[in-house]
Amino acid sequence: MAGTAVPRRLTWQLAEVAASNLETPETTSLVFDVPDWPGHLPGQHVDVRLTAEDGYQAQRSYSIASPPENPRLVLTVERVKDGEVSPFLLDELRVGDRLELRGPIGGYFTWEAARGGPLLLVAGGSGIVPLMAMIRHRFAASGDAPVRVLYSSRTFIDVIYRDELAYLTGLDSAVEVIHTLTRAQPADWQGYRRRIDKEMLAEVAWPPADRPHVFVCGPTPLVEGVAAALTELGHDPARVKTERFGPSGG
Amino acid sequence: MDDESRLDGNAAGGMLAEVFAFEMTTAEIVCAGCGTVAPVGTTIVYAHGMGTIVRCATCDTAVIRVAQVRGRYWLDLQGTRTLRIETS
Repeated sequence: MAGTAVPRRLTWQLAEVAASNLETPETTSLVFDVPDWPGHLPGQHVDVRLTAEDGYQAQRSYSIASPPENPRLVLTVERVKDGEVSPFLLDELRVGDRLELRGPIGGYFTWEAARGGPLLLVAGGSGIVPLMAMIRHRFAASGDAPVRVLYSSRTFIDVIYRDELAYLTGLDSAVEVIHTLTRAQPADWQGYRRRIDKEMLAEVAWPPADRPHVFVCGPTPLVEGVAAALTELGHDPARVKTERFGPSGG
Repeated sequence: MDDESRLDGNAAGGMLAEVFAFEMTTAEIVCAGCGTVAPVGTTIVYAHGMGTIVRCATCDTAVIRVAQVRGRYWLDLQGTRTLRIETS
């Protein structure tokens, strides 16, 4: 973990499923008890490893959704059709089951409340997960960083953490969430109705002069498009941190 | 290489932590191909089966290849001029 003077060897450990919460029809938050969890930074991930009876192993990375303040580790997993790992996690795993994971991993795509803001978080689909850890941490640590979230989903029911995001923005006007729905919108929809583009970012993002910390997470085309547009708008590329997840996730 | 398996250096964090003692996504890598200096987290990563290839986002040089074969790690750093690793 970044900032640790004595590096800790990354090892596989057993985590026990404590709860499972449906977020959307295609995503579920899995809550784990992990004995001796060393703590993590918002934005970090874990590797999950499944081993079949014949010894075949499949491994995937999942972002941590819970803030460091949460004693339990939460992973929000999206179903990947024909995937090797996510269908098992969503359909087969039961409370009390144990699985192998290792982490926390990653120091690049991380933010702590002590670093301050303003914070611009741009997400596509389940790319919201590591950003949610940052948002939850911002509240749990009683931070005051202004936060703007631009979040692209296909349809209204695909919006992960929809109620929680609405609740949190109601608690503190310094936290704003702007949604765009790319495929279908409710009749009374007030938000954006297209993929994130440069014009949308110009309207939503903090001006470059405010020197925001920017985190972008989602499918590769979204991440690369957003990063390029932000650079064109004058943002310092070094302050735009990206995390791509491939459709191969599984 | 198809786009399906294309990730970034953040996804290689676990594999690199098997070999290196330090957090590697923040390590700066100097590409031997084009001289670009970039945190590992910003590189392009292809993960296939037992192996991981880290490529320079600027010139596509394979800067790091890691594979685990029959109880051994194979680490190919031909495409890396220097790795600058934070110790704290």
